[in-house]
This record gives sequence, C-alpha cells and structure tokens, in this order.
Amino acid sequence: MSTRLVWRKLVNGAMLTLTGVCTVVTVSALFLILGLLIYHGGRSLSWAFFTRLPLPPGEEGGGMANAILGSLQIVGVAAMIGLPVGFIAGVYLSEFEDKHFAGLVRYVADLLNGVPSIVVGILAWTLVVLPMRQFSGLAGSIALSFMLVPTVTRQTEQFLREVPVSFREAALALGASKWKMIATVVVPAGSKGILTGMILGVARIAGESAPLLFTALSNQFWGGLTQPTASLPVMIYNHATAPYDDWHRQAWAAGLVLIAMVLVANILARLVLAKGISVPRG
Amino acid sequence: MATTTTTAVRVSPKKEPTQTGDIVARWVTLLFAVGLLAVAVLLVYELFIGSAPAREKLGIGFLSSSKWNPVTEDFGALPFLYGTIVTSVLALLISAPMGLGAAIFLSELAPARVSNALTFVIELLAAIPSVIYGLLAIFTLVPLMRTVVEPFLKSTFGFLPLFQGPAYGVGYLTAGLVLAIMTIPFIISVSRESLLAVPREQREAALALGATRWESTWQVVVPYAKLGILGSIFLGLARALGETMAVTMVIGNDPRVHASLFSPGYTIAAVIANEFSEAGGKVHPAALIELGLVLFGLTIIINGFARLMILATTSRGSRRS
Repeated sequence: MSTRLVWRKLVNGAMLTLTGVCTVVTVSALFLILGLLIYHGGRSLSWAFFTRLPLPPGEEGGGMANAILGSLQIVGVAAMIGLPVGFIAGVYLSEFEDKHFAGLVRYVADLLNGVPSIVVGILAWTLVVLPMRQFSGLAGSIALSFMLVPTVTRQTEQFLREVPVSFREAALALGASKWKMIATVVVPAGSKGILTGMILGVARIAGESAPLLFTALSNQFWGGLTQPTASLPVMIYNHATAPYDDWHRQAWAAGLVLIAMVLVANILARLVLAKGISVPRG
Repeated sequence: MATTTTTAVRVSPKKEPTQTGDIVARWVTLLFAVGLLAVAVLLVYELFIGSAPAREKLGIGFLSSSKWNPVTEDFGALPFLYGTIVTSVLALLISAPMGLGAAIFLSELAPARVSNALTFVIELLAAIPSVIYGLLAIFTLVPLMRTVVEPFLKSTFGFLPLFQGPAYGVGYLTAGLVLAIMTIPFIISVSRESLLAVPREQREAALALGATRWESTWQVVVPYAKLGILGSIFLGLARALGETMAVTMVIGNDPRVHASLFSPGYTIAAVIANEFSEAGGKVHPAALIELGLVLFGLTIIINGFARLMILATTSRGSRRS
C-alpha cells in the first residue's frame, strides 16, 4: 500500500471513530442526568413531599403539594385552551388550504414555535396580569397555551396529511360531504399521531418555567385561577437558587418528580401510541 | 358513459345542503388559523407598545449603553446583548461539531435499529426541561468548573485575556457549556434528517470511485446536505439565544461587559427572568420589554433563515430520490 492510501485509511478510521465518540458522549449525557437526579432526588423524596406545604427556610421537612397541584391546574387549563385551538387550526392547514394563506399560517406557526418562552411570558403579562392587576394561575395557563397552539397545529397538520388520498376518495365516493369526510374518516385515521403530538406538546409546557415567572409567579400556599400559583418548575428554580441546604434537597426531589412526569409522558407517547395511520376496523 | 353523466347531473342539485356544512367547517377552521396569526401580530404589537416609554426616554443609545441602574432609570442593553451572543456562540462552538459528528454516525454508520434507538434517547434529551439542566448545573457543573476546569484553562491558556481572572464557577463559560449540552439534541435530529434525505446513489458513486467511507461522507454526503446542516445549527443558535432558566441559574447575574470568559455576566433572557416581576415605575419594565423585543427580533431572523434552509434541503432531497 502506498503511504497515501495508508494515510487515507487512517483518517477514515480516526474520523469515523470520532463520530462514534460524539454519539456516545451525547447519549451518555441523558444517563448521567437521570443518574444524578435519581441519586440526589431519591434521597430527598418522601411521602411528605407529595402531601405537605413548603416550610420557611430553617425548618426541616415540608413538601411541595401545592406546586404539584398548581402545575396540574396551570397545565390542565392551558391544555383545555391550547389543544382544541391548535387542533382546529391544524385541520384547516391540512384540509382547507388556500395555497398562499396556508403557507403564511404555517410559516408563522413555525416562527411562533421558535419564539423564546420568556418573550411569550411578556405577552401573557401584558394581556392578563396588567388588566387584572394581579399575578394569577390563569395568566400562567394563557402563557403556556400560546406555546402549545403552534406545536399542536403543526403536528395535527402533519399527521392528517399522512392519511392516504384513497381514504378520502372512498368517503367522498360514498357521497359524504367534505366536512363529514374529515370528521368521520380523516381525523379518526390520523388520531393516534395527533394524540402523540398532543401528549408531547403538553409534556413540553409542563416543564416550562420562564413564562410562569411573572404570570403565575409562585406561592408558598395553595393557589388558584385568580391567585399567584406555585408550579414545580418555578419551585425548583426558587429553591435551587436560594442559599438553604434544606431547600436544595427539596429542589432535587422536585426535579426527580418533574423529570419522571415528563419522561413517562414522552415514552408513553412515542412507544405505546405508535405513530402514523390507525385504520379503523370492524 | 351516458349513465355516468346523467347521475352526475342528477347529484349536483342535491349537493347544495352539504355544501353549506362544508362552508361552515371551512370558515370555522379558518377562524382558528387566523387566531394563530393574530397571536403573532399581538405579540409584536404588545412588545412594541410596552417598550414605548423606554424607547422614548432612552432612544437608540439604549443598544450601545452599558449602564443598568433602575434607581436613576438609566438603562443600556449592551452587557446583555454581549452576554447573550458570547454564551450562544460558545455553545455552538462546542455543539455544532459534536452534533454534526453524532448525526453522521447515526445516519451513515449505525445500523438502522441502533440509529433509531439512539435517536429516541437523544429526543428524550431534548425533552428535558430547561430548569432541570439549571438544577444539575448549579450543583454539579459549577463546582467542577470552579475547582478543576477553569484553573486548568488558566494555567494552560492564561496568556489569553479570555482565560484570565478569578474562577467563580458561574459565568459565560459555564453558561455556554450548559447551552451546548441543551442545543446538541436539536442539531443532531435536524442534521440527521438532512443527511438521511441524501440519495443513496450519491454515496454509492463516491464509494465506487474508490473513496473511503469518510471521504464519501465528508466530500459528498455532507456537502449535499449542507443547507440542512447549517439550518440545524441556526436553529440551535436561536434556541441558545432565547434559553432562559438554565442560563439564569449559572450566568452569575452581573450587568457589565467582561473580556474574561470566567467572569459572571448576564443575558437578555436572564435579566427579564430576574427583574420583570419586581420592576417598578414606568421605564424599568419598558426597558425589559424592549430587551424582549430585541431578543424576539434576533430569534425571529435566525429562525426564519434556519427554516428556509431546512425547507430547501429536505424538499430537494425528496425530489431527487
């Protein structure tokens, strides 16, 4: 072999190995993160974490029951607003598209997806907190729903487009009107994929804290729609940046609970609900 | 033939009532799509109106001033712009090569099943909330940077102004590192898609000419997917610019410009997160909203470019294959 060939083979081997190293490093980051959370969070997690209110610094114990409930409330209301709106807009994009206008909506949805979450928080602040003159759980929900709508719109559109033309033609050939075809054939066929997209979207906003900082704020007690409301992500931020060891332990426990919720939702959505077309049987 | 035409003629008057249903459905869905546009318009409008007091008082000098004093209502964006750009560029210097490397491995080398499994893991990495990255960074990365990494860099590259000064642990370098970890999954998944969209014949042709696996990848496949890969990097950049929680927790919150990467700094998103809920008066919140407007503009421009690039490659690949 000429030295040139030896050199080329050497470069080949070295670079290909390097790409493998890049992958291994990246993938091991996930396991490192999970390992650290389980190690630190597991030691701090207790039954009281789920049932009791946070205590002032200096007092041992306490929990984050209010933040868990608050997160459920804020995310639940956001989902009730964001999922239907996003879904219907997605149906428009996939089924009724007028070339240019649909293209515009699609591009704007993608851009909205890329808007930093903290900026979305400012919008919710000017629209809800300012007129109500109060931080509230509702303001947090509205901020999160602004983030949910573009994601769900694009996911819905994508999965409805995957429904084969033959399904649509069959429905139309049987005399169904267009909206009946959409409601009884196209949407049910794409439902698995759409549901996957919805679960992923909700899991994403459940972990958001930036838009909640000055909309839902936080609360050491129970919140509500019209009151400042605690949420797990904001609680983690407040407790991790405070100078108290006991609060740090609470933050680790909250981190473990949050990541468990987010990852379980992700894995369920991606594995159990196989993506794609579900052909109705029977 | 004649029968079909007659049925068609007979059916057409019956179409009237069903068509109203279609029209209603069309307008209802259109309304929601317009709602989506309205949110975008509202966002720009509210940012513009909300920042008016600051724009009137501070003018264009806002962007170049490095004062930040809520008491005298003297505000400047420079330290935050600087911190945002320095941390994001640092992040990409690490995450772009790493992400591209991993994407090459996943699309070119790994068997399909391994590639899919690893991509699944990487997608999970992208789903981890930002505050969790911050939590881990505060308690594990910051002490590590302070005691090991920064002293090492200082003793090795200390002659550069970038690596001088005391090692605090929190600062530009740590924030950049956290952002790098957070942007890698986005770069990998979009780059991998672009690389997979390269037609098989391109690889086969290069290999048939005697190229090694790496030469075919680097000189043929990667250039073919160039725009998509660039798009993925821009997408990562937009993510890094707007990232809030993890950065806020490790940047150090110091509203001044520092040459050293070890120093604490500040980013646009971090200062909004820290000060917005407690900003009093008229000008302070408006200045923060103006910072938000600047951040919005930056990310929109970069995202817009990224989307166009990705669109260009993926449509090209599928057309030719």
